[in-house]
Amino acid sequence: MIRIISLAVGAFFTLALLLAFGTGAVNYISEPPAPSAEKVFHEHPKEAKFASDGPFGHFDEAQLQRGFAVYQNVCAACHSISQVAYRDLEKLGYNEAEVKAIAAKATINAKDPLSGEMKDRPGLPADKFPPVVYAGAGHPPDLSLITKARHGGAAYVYSLLTGYTEQPAELIKRFPDAKLKPDSGLHYNPYFANLNIAMTPPLASDDLVTYSDGTKATKDQMAKDVAAFLVWTAEPNLEKRHQVGFVWVLFMLFATVLGYMSYRNIWADKKGH
Amino acid sequence: MSFPWANEYKPSHPLMVWMDEKLPLPRLVYNAVGGGYEVPRNLNYFWNFGFLAGLCLVMQIVTGIVLAMHYGGDTRVAFNSTEHIMRDVNWGWLMRYAHANGASAFFVVIYLHIFRGFFYSSYKAPREMIWLIGVVIFLLMMATAFMGYVLPWGQMSYWGAQVITGLFSAIPLVGDAFREWLLGGFAPDNATLNRFFSLHFLLPFVILGVVILHVWALHIPGSSNPTGVEVKSESDTVPFYPYYIGKDGWTVALFMVLFGIAVFFMPNALGHPDNYVPANPMQTPAHIVPEWYFWPFYAILRAFTVDFLIVPAKLMGVLAMFSAILVWFFLPWLDRSPVRSGSYRPLYRKFFWFGLVPAMAVLFYCGGAPAEEPFVMLSQLASLYYFAHFLIIVPIVSSIERPDPLPFSITEAVLGADDKASLGGQG
Ligand code: HEC
Ligand code: HEM
Repeated sequence: MIRIISLAVGAFFTLALLLAFGTGAVNYISEPPAPSAEKVFHEHPKEAKFASDGPFGHFDEAQLQRGFAVYQNVCAACHSISQVAYRDLEKLGYNEAEVKAIAAKATINAKDPLSGEMKDRPGLPADKFPPVVYAGAGHPPDLSLITKARHGGAAYVYSLLTGYTEQPAELIKRFPDAKLKPDSGLHYNPYFANLNIAMTPPLASDDLVTYSDGTKATKDQMAKDVAAFLVWTAEPNLEKRHQVGFVWVLFMLFATVLGYMSYRNIWADKKGH
Repeated sequence: MSFPWANEYKPSHPLMVWMDEKLPLPRLVYNAVGGGYEVPRNLNYFWNFGFLAGLCLVMQIVTGIVLAMHYGGDTRVAFNSTEHIMRDVNWGWLMRYAHANGASAFFVVIYLHIFRGFFYSSYKAPREMIWLIGVVIFLLMMATAFMGYVLPWGQMSYWGAQVITGLFSAIPLVGDAFREWLLGGFAPDNATLNRFFSLHFLLPFVILGVVILHVWALHIPGSSNPTGVEVKSESDTVPFYPYYIGKDGWTVALFMVLFGIAVFFMPNALGHPDNYVPANPMQTPAHIVPEWYFWPFYAILRAFTVDFLIVPAKLMGVLAMFSAILVWFFLPWLDRSPVRSGSYRPLYRKFFWFGLVPAMAVLFYCGGAPAEEPFVMLSQLASLYYFAHFLIIVPIVSSIERPDPLPFSITEAVLGADDKASLGGQG
């Protein structure tokens, strides 16, 4: 009885799937899915190397400081990094006094402990970076976690920042509707998921910052540095994670070898193993 | 229950003698995982995954309890409290990455454990109850993992909850009301997050209880083995301690190597980037996908694209998705082959390796891919095979197949027929 029911249920599902497959196949042949502009022109992030890559990945303090400078001078006009506290900057190599000074430049809207009212005051090291008010087109996301929130991570951010170009003639020819109107507020960037991004190219010219370590602030350099900085904001414990990881894996490999040898030893009197 | 030749627990220290009279817990342990439990001597490494699954469960409970000390189950703070754990809590990043990757490791281990069951027909008499309880555990694990994924309240948490609870609205008449009751509202919100946190804390302990039943049921007939021939004599078995403690033990260390590589060096490889974006009910992600361990069933759900007879496509998909697991409950009675092990079942073995395994691989792949061609058509073919396998092929193959000759005993399989040892023991 159970096998008859089983065959019937099996027939029910397989026939339904056969019908679905047949319908799908007919549609696929009669109306092959048209390629979209995103499908054809979207590009994968460029190859870019960062000190934080790979199992030996670590942070390059000087680069993080440069990246922070780019963030402060350029990106902070539109993007917050609200998961990061000023005190965290000590991990970039700033000393306590420097962190205090950086924090004090920010205005924090917080509850005044005396009056209980919300009031503006200068920032303290314990404060997180404040929200950013932005009035332009589009919605700039918080950047604290951006390198973990996009496929490709730092390489993606770097590619996006350096990837602005004119719309290719080829694209306009194949997809005339996709031509950007001058007043759309959108900019062509093949690394962005739908190719047209609301962010005006933030690193449009060299020397938007002056690096204190003398590195030349080319567009490419700034893009790389800020991407490296955003790896740190997303994963401040990366170095410690790698260090602990090595100890863990080596110890467990050792335990595996010891464990395997004891296992062989225990089973030595049993043939066939 | 055990074999008559099993060692008996004999406490020698007066304290242990006293303990044995008052509460024979050491005796229970001795008979369950010690020298008093006799196990077939020929188990291969596929029999290690039950032990590893137990380890994963304990690991999830320990890391989960620590996370719960710092997490806030409120939509206004959930995302930020998760980041607080990652940044400010001492070793919080380790607890969270271990818990998230621990869930993945748990499912890797469980899928191997279940597929061991398919290949060696571990579900057959006298082990049906072990299997049935196992399927219940798997369902509980899926519910637990789904609710856990909602807790960080990222984009995928929110939209995953939206899509999965949306499935219930496919039920005719009462669907929408049922979904509202599940969510505590019209869409996932604070009420949803709260109850999911509560249940996500509870269910692992329910699983622990059911695992105890699972192992209890296992200890009645004892483990099967790669030949599928039941234990006949003393020479067929070895005591769990030290033999299998030694064998399970070293694979625990090996597991920890691999798990460490995932946690410390690629902790986000299996996660979705969108879950690092706070939940936003106004913005649907481009592709909503569940965690990888749900992909085969998600692929089956999306394979049903047309209405069938009187059943709408969406309902078909939901029915099929649940049936894909429910059919496992009936397996002990659908497979009537007198032989257990796939090693002695030439026809069944072909369907296993060239049918079920590739179909599962395709379903895994397509479940994670966008719902467009050719992935939909591929999932349709693979789902078709999946249902045909369990509901049509297994019953038919098990009646028409001529199994290969079995070894006389486990001992013979290990030592060879001409070895004197094969005649030893009390048979
Ligand atoms: C003038 C304001 C402005 C400045 C300055 C700015 N951005 Fe943006 N950014 C935006 C807006 C608006 C968006 C949203 C774009 C969209 O969704 O179309 C955005 C989006 C992004 C994204 C997300 C893209 C995605 O995949 O969704 C990244 C990454 C980013 N910006 C990085 C930066 C960095 C790094 C800097 C500094 C070098 C910077 N931005 C400076 C306005 C700005
Ligand atoms: C928390 C999850 C689980 C734990 C901790 C667990 C634990 C165990 C353990 C310790 C064993 C004995 C060792 C071994 O054979 O590997 C076992 C055997 C078994 N398990 Fe599980 N299990 C779990 C889930 C499942 C699931 C989901 C299924 C099936 C759907 C299942 C089916 C079986 C069967 C059939 C056996 C007997 C195998 C045989 O003797 O051949 N288990 N389990």
